[in-house]
Amino acid sequence: MNQLKNFSKGFFKENAVFTLLLGMCPTLGVTSSAIDGLGMGLATTFVLVMSNLVVALIKDFIPDKVRIPSFIVVIATFVTIVEMTMQAYVPALFDSLGLFIPLIVVNCLVLGRAEAFASKNNLGSSIVDGLGMGLGFAMALTMLGSIRELLGSGKLFGTAIFPEDYGMLVFVLAPGAFIALGYLIAFINHVKKEA
Amino acid sequence: MAKTESTLKNMVLTLLVITCVAGASLGGMYELTKGPIAAAKMAKQQAAIKEVVSGFDNNPGDEMYELTSKEGFVLKFFPAKKGDELIGVAIESQTNKGFSGNIKIMVGLKPDGTIINYQVLEHKETPGLGTKMADWFKTDKGNQSILGKHPKNNKLTVSKDGGEVDAITAATISSRAFLDAIRIAFETYTENQSSLPVASNTSTEEGGTE
Repeated sequence: MNQLKNFSKGFFKENAVFTLLLGMCPTLGVTSSAIDGLGMGLATTFVLVMSNLVVALIKDFIPDKVRIPSFIVVIATFVTIVEMTMQAYVPALFDSLGLFIPLIVVNCLVLGRAEAFASKNNLGSSIVDGLGMGLGFAMALTMLGSIRELLGSGKLFGTAIFPEDYGMLVFVLAPGAFIALGYLIAFINHVKKEA
Repeated sequence: MAKTESTLKNMVLTLLVITCVAGASLGGMYELTKGPIAAAKMAKQQAAIKEVVSGFDNNPGDEMYELTSKEGFVLKFFPAKKGDELIGVAIESQTNKGFSGNIKIMVGLKPDGTIINYQVLEHKETPGLGTKMADWFKTDKGNQSILGKHPKNNKLTVSKDGGEVDAITAATISSRAFLDAIRIAFETYTENQSSLPVASNTSTEEGGTE
């Protein structure tokens, strides 16, 4: 398969958030600011690449019937590694992402790629796939986070754009996540139709 | 290479190997990050102490002691000294009256109980509403600020409850909870003051040996 195509599909054609609607829990939960969205996206990307890598390596040794438990253990291991590393070196980001880091384990995007792609393709393609899907996910989360942060508190990556008093609080809260995501998906679908 | 057959032996072996490798790598990672995690927590605590009582030259973390409040919370006290003189105490206080869960704050009191400064350490309040407490009670606007006030001379409850502090707009419960944590810190501090190694204590030994 064309590696470039393999990489770029995660951003638009098969974007995890906008097209596949996978990983909705962190998408809606942590995108109250752009930096949180980006941090979550990159953490997921790391887990995705590493689990795709390992799954592609060991796929031939794993009996079919214990495939899923094996993948889950691999994923959980990398998530825990990410969790400990973040706690040690970026404690501020770890505090704001909190519970959502361990929840990467059950992000269906990660297991989905392991099962649907890495267990059927070779090492190189699997890494590229993980990187593309992960960065696409990070991009989507950052976009959603930017929109919510800008509309909700008048800031972008923590820099004030307009006074906070004019912000629409609802966008920082959970309902705003649904509203913003809905409009974003509608917009992406529109662009896709045109293209 | 052919796929491994799904026989019982193969499945058990595979899972065993995978979990062992996973366990070993996690154990190694834990050892690696243990130091930095502890250091990061320590740095956060130090930064909080510095923020709420400045100008000390001892290491308040070394002289930390714990006291239990009337409500049953274990509070941490960090005496801040300049030379041998006690210039303030940083108190890690908490309350369970938050809008959602516990609120943990660090508040700095002068030896007589006047509030120097505070910092919110942990909370789960609503973003955009309750979270404003991080700055609200420091802002010198109307009757918002609690800095420089004395919980005994000033009635530190929200104006809705007859006090003299303006609550955060649309977050009265969070405001009440925050002031409750301050009250707990102050009361626990003053009530135990007589039995504690306070201003006169010049030794560096662990406090709280009452």
